[in-house]
This record gives sequence, structure tokens and C-alpha cells, in this order.
Amino acid sequence: MTTEAMGIRWARKDLLGLRELSAEEITFILDTADAFKQVGTREIKKVPALRGKTLVNFFIEPSTRTRTSFELAAFRLSADVINISATTSSLTKGESLKDTARNLEALHADILVLRHGSAGAAQFLAERLRTSVINAGDGAHEHPTQALLDLYTIREKRQRIAGLHVAIIGDILFSRVARSNIFGLLKLGARVTLVGPSTLVPREFEKLGVQISHRIDDVLPEVDVVNLLRIQHERQRKEYFPGIGEYTRLFGLTKERARLLKPECLIMHPGPINRGVEIDSQVADGLQSVILDQVTNGLAVRMAVLYLCGGIAT
Amino acid sequence: MNDFKELPATAVLILDGPAIERALRRIAHEIIERNPDLTSVVLAGIPSRGNEIAHRIAGFITAIEKKEISTGVIDVSMHRDDVGTRAELPIVRASQLPLPLEGRTVIIVDDVLYTGRTVRAAMDAISSFGRPSRIQLAVLIDRGHRELPIRPDYVGKNVPTSSSDRIRVRIGGRSEEEGVWTIKE
Repeated sequence: MTTEAMGIRWARKDLLGLRELSAEEITFILDTADAFKQVGTREIKKVPALRGKTLVNFFIEPSTRTRTSFELAAFRLSADVINISATTSSLTKGESLKDTARNLEALHADILVLRHGSAGAAQFLAERLRTSVINAGDGAHEHPTQALLDLYTIREKRQRIAGLHVAIIGDILFSRVARSNIFGLLKLGARVTLVGPSTLVPREFEKLGVQISHRIDDVLPEVDVVNLLRIQHERQRKEYFPGIGEYTRLFGLTKERARLLKPECLIMHPGPINRGVEIDSQVADGLQSVILDQVTNGLAVRMAVLYLCGGIAT
Repeated sequence: MNDFKELPATAVLILDGPAIERALRRIAHEIIERNPDLTSVVLAGIPSRGNEIAHRIAGFITAIEKKEISTGVIDVSMHRDDVGTRAELPIVRASQLPLPLEGRTVIIVDDVLYTGRTVRAAMDAISSFGRPSRIQLAVLIDRGHRELPIRPDYVGKNVPTSSSDRIRVRIGGRSEEEGVWTIKE
């Protein structure tokens, strides 16, 4: 049954995470993204959906691809965009997050896209501001648009999500991408196995309803999708794993390991990839890789999210 | 969708199923008359009832002329002028038009013509795909109260209304009983 036939409508001003969304709401966003993906094929790749609206990209943590993806999505929707990054913001001068945000609101910003190092930062602002708040990553908590574009890519390539078996491999403990993916995949009926060293994939995750494995070679032949996460050098202290070479030997998707995969298994990665660490170059560029489709779909998904959250009355 | 809601007791039937069929068959004849080169014509429906109506008209044209006629979909959601005023948003669907549009006649098809704002948005959407030779407009019901300088080329029925009236169209989908009703407030 389609979301249209069910008569579902969108009524949220914020996108904070996938945990609080229903399966129907997630599907609604993916269906909306279908329509926006098609805009990219038009002669004029721009629609007036958010004309006159102002979007503030407020990135306290560094990010290029997520920020530019939101920026291009906003341009395609005819919104005006300003970018504020950690180094240019007054946060470095001691202003509180709330004061900075209230200043942005005083400028009549309609949509705030927030990347922040603390879990719950987006929710904190969403509860205090009339502005639509889109979480572009808050600490190790959630990164909903990344998970939505992953779900969109799986659905596009495999025509469904329910019943598929997805392995998320790597740095789960610190990964907001993993958390959002777990919530979204389980809600849409997929089976999820987390793979990595026990220091990065602790047993507590089983409470979420996923399986855990520390042996990648057992998992690879079983799955329909592998989602490789970047090893986040910048977040990790030394004790989590012995070394990069050791990680690659035990958990890297080398070209030898890739032969264990089913031929139709999709290989995904949220980027930026560390070639030769979590994935071999030939595998990243191979036929099963949908890494660049993820980038294209990210634009469509973010257009859908901005249109939905930014387009309703607040 | 609102066309499946119960009809209130004050609803007055203005077109029944057979009358809708007759109106659409007449529109099909008028389209044939006005467009000698039917191969360049595309009937582009506005979801969801406009789509259904476009397909019915296309069916009549094919039956009369023994020629296939192109159909398409124009979703106007991205081109509306009331952004930020609605508390809930319906699903947006991808527009589908045969490309390129250059040299074609695009006939916008919708169920009810009222303020004209939806049609303006549809014209805007069409121009983002290209530059057709002509754009025409076919509607099942014209209820008046235009807010923009727009007039239909093909009309199923003109229905004088007051702006507080509502028009309910049931066609296609799960509609068991097709028809058009006016509801006085």
C-alpha cells in the first residue's frame, strides 16, 4: 500500500532522528524523495518550493559533504542559504548554543540545519525555536538524513527493504550513522547485523533488536547489503583497537573478502572513504558499490526533508 | 483522500456517472477538433483526479480516432505559492511528461477549476521541463471565482457557486459511486 493510498500527511517541523519517526513517516519521506530526484533530470533543475525562505547551515563540527549537499538541496528549492561554521561562529567566543540560535532566529531564519558535537543539541533547539530544525549529526546520537539516503538507495536498487539482511560494519560505538540506520532499517522490516571488534561493537546494542558478530567472514556470504562505516580517527582513543593495519586485516572489505559476498549484494559507505582501511580501492569502485548513488540520492532526500519540514506552517 | 469521505445530507448531485462520461466524451471531440495533429498532444493530469480524467479523455480520443494519445502527470506541489501556510503536507509525486516538450501541445487536465492558482503552478512546472508550442486547459467543472487571468479551453460543466460552497468529485480509485456534488455551507 502506498503512502498516498493510506492518506498519510506530513506534519512535523523538525527532523531530529529516525527513532521518533513511524515506518509510515519514513516511507513518506522516501516517496517524497522520489519526486525530488526527478527534478534533477529536468531542463531547469530548480523549483520554487521554498522561495523566500532562509536556510542556515550551522555546522559546529567540520563537514563538507553533508553541508554542501544541504546547500545544493536548498538552492534547488530556491531557498536562500547562509553557512556558519565552527570557526566563523561566536561559539568560539563563549556564546551559548541557545544564544547563537536565538540570534539566527532574530534574522528570520526559517530552517536551521545543525551539526553539533553533543547528542541532543538539535532537539534542544527544536524545542525552543519556531524555526524548523534539521539534525545533520549530533555527537554519536543520530544522523537522520544519512540513514534516509541509505534506505532510499537500498529501496531504489533492491525495490524493497523489508526482509533484507543488512550488515553494518566498523565503528558502531561512535557512529550516529549506525544508530540512525539501525532505527530506520528495523522499522522498515530489515534484519541488521553489526560487525566489528568488541570494543567498537559492544553487546548492549543487542537491546536495540540487532545481531552482533565479531567475525566478518561468517557474515559476508549471508547479507544483501553491507554498509561500511568510516573509522573515525578523530574520535578514537588508542585503546579501542590495536592499529589501522590490524583493523584492515580483521574487518576491512578487501578484494579477497568481497568475493564472499552474494553477487547482488550492495556495498555502501557514507564517505569519506579511507581507501585501503575499511575498504579496498577496487571494491569501492567496483560494480557492487553504490557509494556514488548514495551521494546523488542524498541530494534528493535532503530536498524532500527541507521541503517537508520547511514547507509547513510553524 | 477527501473524496471518500461521507457526503453530508446537504450535498446536491450535479453530475452522475453517465453525465461525467458524456462530458468527457464531448471534451474528447473538442480536443480532436481543435488539434489536427493529435500526435503532438499530451494530456497531462494533475494528481490524483486530474490523472484519472486525463486517462478517460485519452481513452475516448483513441476510441474515436483509432490513435494512441500521450498522457502525462504534472505534480504542482513544488510550484505552489502558499509555502509555509499549511499545517500538513500531502505526498508529492514525480511529474512525468514526454520529453522534449518543444513542438508539443500540453493540455493540463484537472477536476475542478476554481481560483486558477493550481493551473498557474502547473504552467510553471511545465516550463521547467521545456517550452511547448501551446498549453491548453481542460476541466471537468468550472466553478468560477478566478483569482488569476486564466480561462479553460474545454469545460465539462460550468457550475455557479458561492465561494463558501464546496465541490466534491468522486472519480476513479476506490469511488464506488462516481459523481459531482455541491455542498452548501
